[in-house]
Amino acid sequence: MRAFLYILTSLAVIGLAFWAYRENYATQQALSETEKLRDGIRSAHSRLAVLHAEWAYQNRPDRLRDLVMINYERLSLMELRPDQFGQIDQVSYPAPPLLDIVNSVEVSSMAAEEVSQ
Amino acid sequence: MIRTPLRPLARILDARQKGQNPDAIERENKRIRHEQMRDTSRQRAEGRLLVLGVFFFAAFAVVGARMGLLATNEPVEPRAHAPGAIISAARADIVDRNGHLLATNFDTHALYAQPRHMVDPTRAAKELVAIFPDLKEERLVKDFTGKRKFLWIKKKISPEQMQAVHDIGDPGLLFAPRDMRLYPNGKLAAHVLGGASYGKEGVHAAEVIGVAGAERYFDDYLRDPANAGKPLQLSLDLTVQDASERVLYGGMKLMNAKGATSVLMDVKTGEVISVVSLPDFDPNDRPRVLTEGDASDSPLFNRAVQGVYELGSVFKIFTAAQAIDLGLVNAGTIIDTKGPMKVGGFRIGEFQNKNYGKISVSDIIVKSSNRGTGRMAMDIGAKRQQDFLRSLGFFEHTPFEIVEASGGKPLLPKKWTELSSVTISYGHGLSSSPMHLAAGYAAIANGGFKVKPTLLKQTSPQMGDRVMSARAASDARKMLRAVVAEGTASFGEVEGYHIGGKTGTADKPKRRGGYYEDKVIATFASIFPAHDPKYVLIVTLDEPVETSGKKPRRTAGWTAVPVAAEMVRRIAPLLGVRPTVEPLDTAVLTLTSSN
Repeated sequence: MRAFLYILTSLAVIGLAFWAYRENYATQQALSETEKLRDGIRSAHSRLAVLHAEWAYQNRPDRLRDLVMINYERLSLMELRPDQFGQIDQVSYPAPPLLDIVNSVEVSSMAAEEVSQ
Repeated sequence: MIRTPLRPLARILDARQKGQNPDAIERENKRIRHEQMRDTSRQRAEGRLLVLGVFFFAAFAVVGARMGLLATNEPVEPRAHAPGAIISAARADIVDRNGHLLATNFDTHALYAQPRHMVDPTRAAKELVAIFPDLKEERLVKDFTGKRKFLWIKKKISPEQMQAVHDIGDPGLLFAPRDMRLYPNGKLAAHVLGGASYGKEGVHAAEVIGVAGAERYFDDYLRDPANAGKPLQLSLDLTVQDASERVLYGGMKLMNAKGATSVLMDVKTGEVISVVSLPDFDPNDRPRVLTEGDASDSPLFNRAVQGVYELGSVFKIFTAAQAIDLGLVNAGTIIDTKGPMKVGGFRIGEFQNKNYGKISVSDIIVKSSNRGTGRMAMDIGAKRQQDFLRSLGFFEHTPFEIVEASGGKPLLPKKWTELSSVTISYGHGLSSSPMHLAAGYAAIANGGFKVKPTLLKQTSPQMGDRVMSARAASDARKMLRAVVAEGTASFGEVEGYHIGGKTGTADKPKRRGGYYEDKVIATFASIFPAHDPKYVLIVTLDEPVETSGKKPRRTAGWTAVPVAAEMVRRIAPLLGVRPTVEPLDTAVLTLTSSN
């Protein structure tokens, strides 16, 4: 009985040691993966910051104004004026749909005689 | 274990037979037994001591080993801890009230040289000058071939320049990563943002420090790593700020002014929505501070908070509001404004020596009568006038959150005589900044509560102590509206926005005392819409002159007012203020009955 207990204990120790060994490596793996991810996040953050800065730079009021000027013929964008505020009752109801065309009569002048001058 | 009895029968009987004392046997046995007991307990105690000793040794050995290990190892960053957000050492961004970026960071590089590692210093110097034309070749050669071991060549370089330097291929030319402060909107809100520069510089990093404006005021906040990712949100509105700058710039050019400033403030929260000071500068490339001449000529000078001037008649409304608040007069009280009026041996005159005769308090404001306001001030008295102006914040610098604000301390008379009291009632003898004026007008506009001008976005009204009764504030607002509707600021009418305001034209003081004849500060302080004010707008032009007529005109009614009106026309829609129909004054309705 005692011998059996001894064997069991030593087997348990071996098993636990193996488990700890494996856990250790798994942890290392997880840590380096985390580090890689964190590096990725960091570089993504800095990329994002650059994009934000560029977006703000591209949308600076000076440039937008110039773009509006250049594209005036196409877009006719104007500054917001007080008279552009409207009331809700100024919005008209949608126009009633046009009636369907039924029993149409085809009219053509193809058959008419040509008038010579 | 076989226990030996103390009195073994065989030995006792034997001893008795021999006539010996059997007790001796017992004593002997007892002794032996005690010795055995002593031995075992000693052994046990020694064992315990040994275990304890081993335990302590092991514990101390572990501590010692750990200490030794820590002392000899290179420190490594802990990898296992998982912070919620990435801690970044970068300076926090600054954004406007809608989250638009006003200041951010940009990765760039600095260029430095280690001449010891250089292969061909003369060629490197020549090629560097080709890339950076502002460098001097002889200087570089001297530095590279001399005794120097290290030198900075450029603080900030672009990626293209960096590649070009790379292509030189000299191992002695090295790059240091840098965080650069970037203001993507250029000159926009330059005076508020201020600017940033480098503090301590190292090869691996350099600290970015704010040098002026909000960058300096909030330096600690912006640099705190705990705030990374949490931008500083200002009360400014990017769109409104840009529109204000543009309109004011146009107005300044049109009115031939050398400088201009405007402050737009929310009357309930004290938030400054836009603050402009012209001429301005680009914070990305901050100009140097003037070392000679007048500081106010530098584009760095922030007229809105540092420009402390006598602002003139715009102060009259405070006198009128206080007189009504104290119950001395009401809007309809008739006051004699006839001259001559002498106070302390000094004649108080009117604009262009006019004489308005007996007019009501409301007309005193509408016509801008110095003598009328002076008479009210004499009734109020110097003490009460001081208390009132102090409560409006005219005695100390504004709490506006940029470093320059503390430089805008109002200039007060050394002794507050009756004459000071009279001149201050119409805005002379007390110099203050447009920001002070905005705070004062906000108190009239919001129904009599003090507000502090702030640069930070607020979520709720921040009204302070009551400084005047609601009645006085309401009467003052009606007078301000009358000034625009029928008085000196008739150019200020903008359909649908019902501006109320007061003009002020003050001669500029000479540096050596006295006043210039032909240099004025023209101010228009306005609130809109006057029946339910939401915003205060102060426009001040420095040395304006309007030349469309026969004579050059310098009064605020001809210069600052049209600019302010154009500004309201342009920015009120941006602020989402709908044009409205002005409610009729109930006082003009008369109840008629046919019964």
